[in-house]
Amino acid sequence: MASMRGKVAIVGAADTRVGTVPGVSATELCVDAILKALDDACISKHQVDGLITCNSMSQPMLYHAEAMAEYLQIFPRYCFAAGAGGGTTFSVLHHAASAIMTGMADTIVIAMADSLRSGLSREQAMMVQSSTGHPQFEQPYGLTVPAYYALVAQAHMAQYGTTAEHFAQVAVACRAHAARNPAAQMRTPITVEDVLASRPIADPLHLLDCSLVSDGGAAIVMTSAERARDFPHTPVYVLGVGEGHSHEHISQAHSLTTSAAVEAGERAYAMAGLGPADMAFAQLYDCFTPTVLVELEDLGFCQKGEGGAFITEAGIGPGGALPVNTHGGLLSHSHPGNPGSMFALTESVWQLRHTAGERQVPNAEAGLLHAQGGIMSSHTTLILGRDGY
Amino acid sequence: MEKIQPVPGPLSEAYFAGCNAGTLLIQACESCAALQFYPRSICTSCNSSSLKWSPSSGRGHVASFTVVRRAISAAYEAPYVVALIKLVEGPQLMSHIVECDPESVSVGAAVTVTFAAWSETQAMPVFTLDEN
Ligand SMILES: [Zn+2]
Repeated sequence: MASMRGKVAIVGAADTRVGTVPGVSATELCVDAILKALDDACISKHQVDGLITCNSMSQPMLYHAEAMAEYLQIFPRYCFAAGAGGGTTFSVLHHAASAIMTGMADTIVIAMADSLRSGLSREQAMMVQSSTGHPQFEQPYGLTVPAYYALVAQAHMAQYGTTAEHFAQVAVACRAHAARNPAAQMRTPITVEDVLASRPIADPLHLLDCSLVSDGGAAIVMTSAERARDFPHTPVYVLGVGEGHSHEHISQAHSLTTSAAVEAGERAYAMAGLGPADMAFAQLYDCFTPTVLVELEDLGFCQKGEGGAFITEAGIGPGGALPVNTHGGLLSHSHPGNPGSMFALTESVWQLRHTAGERQVPNAEAGLLHAQGGIMSSHTTLILGRDGY
Repeated sequence: MEKIQPVPGPLSEAYFAGCNAGTLLIQACESCAALQFYPRSICTSCNSSSLKWSPSSGRGHVASFTVVRRAISAAYEAPYVVALIKLVEGPQLMSHIVECDPESVSVGAAVTVTFAAWSETQAMPVFTLDEN
């Protein structure tokens, strides 16, 4: 099998408005994202022959991607909706890259949107909260979603001496990035003290350790590297991608403190022929602050157990040694559920086009993106870069 | 308001009946002697479908825990301690730690199973901290 390195590129990217977007359904957000991404790529909807979406929680559909295609009146030859929780975005990008290389489609749109803030009924909101976990052996114990992640955090604290202050610094850094992003939902800077003084949720997590609940969506357009040169914007190439899948239920995890991000990262670095030191930025999945710390370690940006020290000493905020979540992440930009990592993807496209404005990371030639779904279950690492890198 | 109830299936009926009888049951493979939890139709070590129920000692340690400060519903009274328990036999399970000051729970602490009523007809395994 030929390597995927440099064979496909992202040629269009766009976000909808995010945060509180009342009166616009998940379907309309998704369609809006698609049309904006097509505009960015300067192509018509009739040039799209592949469409990938994820289902919406506020407007669930049996055939979500087909429904979006029907709404737009496009007729793709490659079409599916995927579900891998927060890991869906980069996992489907992996599939889309493979589909382009094997000729299943030439021009694929990946589009995801949801309306979790304005569009969920009370019953749907309860379902979202209580449907996580094993129905017989975990759910009866009444874990909230943050409680599942708190188990990871407490284990890391006990094993490596990580502190609540270390986790809080992740929230502070993401907010500092968001302060430079006019599109972000939460932009007022916060301090470690603010995080620790916010409402306790599940020890050691406070309210500000938890990501937002948002409306919004985003879409990208992908095509082959050969065709990418005909598009108006600087193409952003897929240099490496890798996945790791370790469990579904956290009670079945073989380790609470080391995740399958290790395998996902190793596979992506090997394909790219690059390592952590080559990354100008990292967009790491931050549904709750501890995931960022674990991913920094598992993806090789520091040694295992030294995530807290890395965050404190090297820095992940603007101007830090490794800017993380330059758009503000799920913690401060927006988190409309499964589409959440789409914004890390569109942000990375703008960073690598060198059009990220005030928050542009200087000379960004390559960057790493990582997302996970479930409770540290399903991991995909993506390495993107500019031509020639 | 009622707590979230497990819905036993054919594979787990015996487990939940064991809970009501005060026994924590795990599966033992009759081919390779591996122990596993949650119950499955096959042994994850050797694929054998010859599995029998084996009573656990009910002893283990806290692999991790959290004190839930915002309850999932009115049926759960915050703060409550959710924990992953590593049994001395090897398998790990989700549970609660009860009858203690939540601040006294730590990773590595030794615990022993007990059973608590979850509904009028179902008991669930929960754990207490061992005295030093
Ligand atoms: Zn066996």
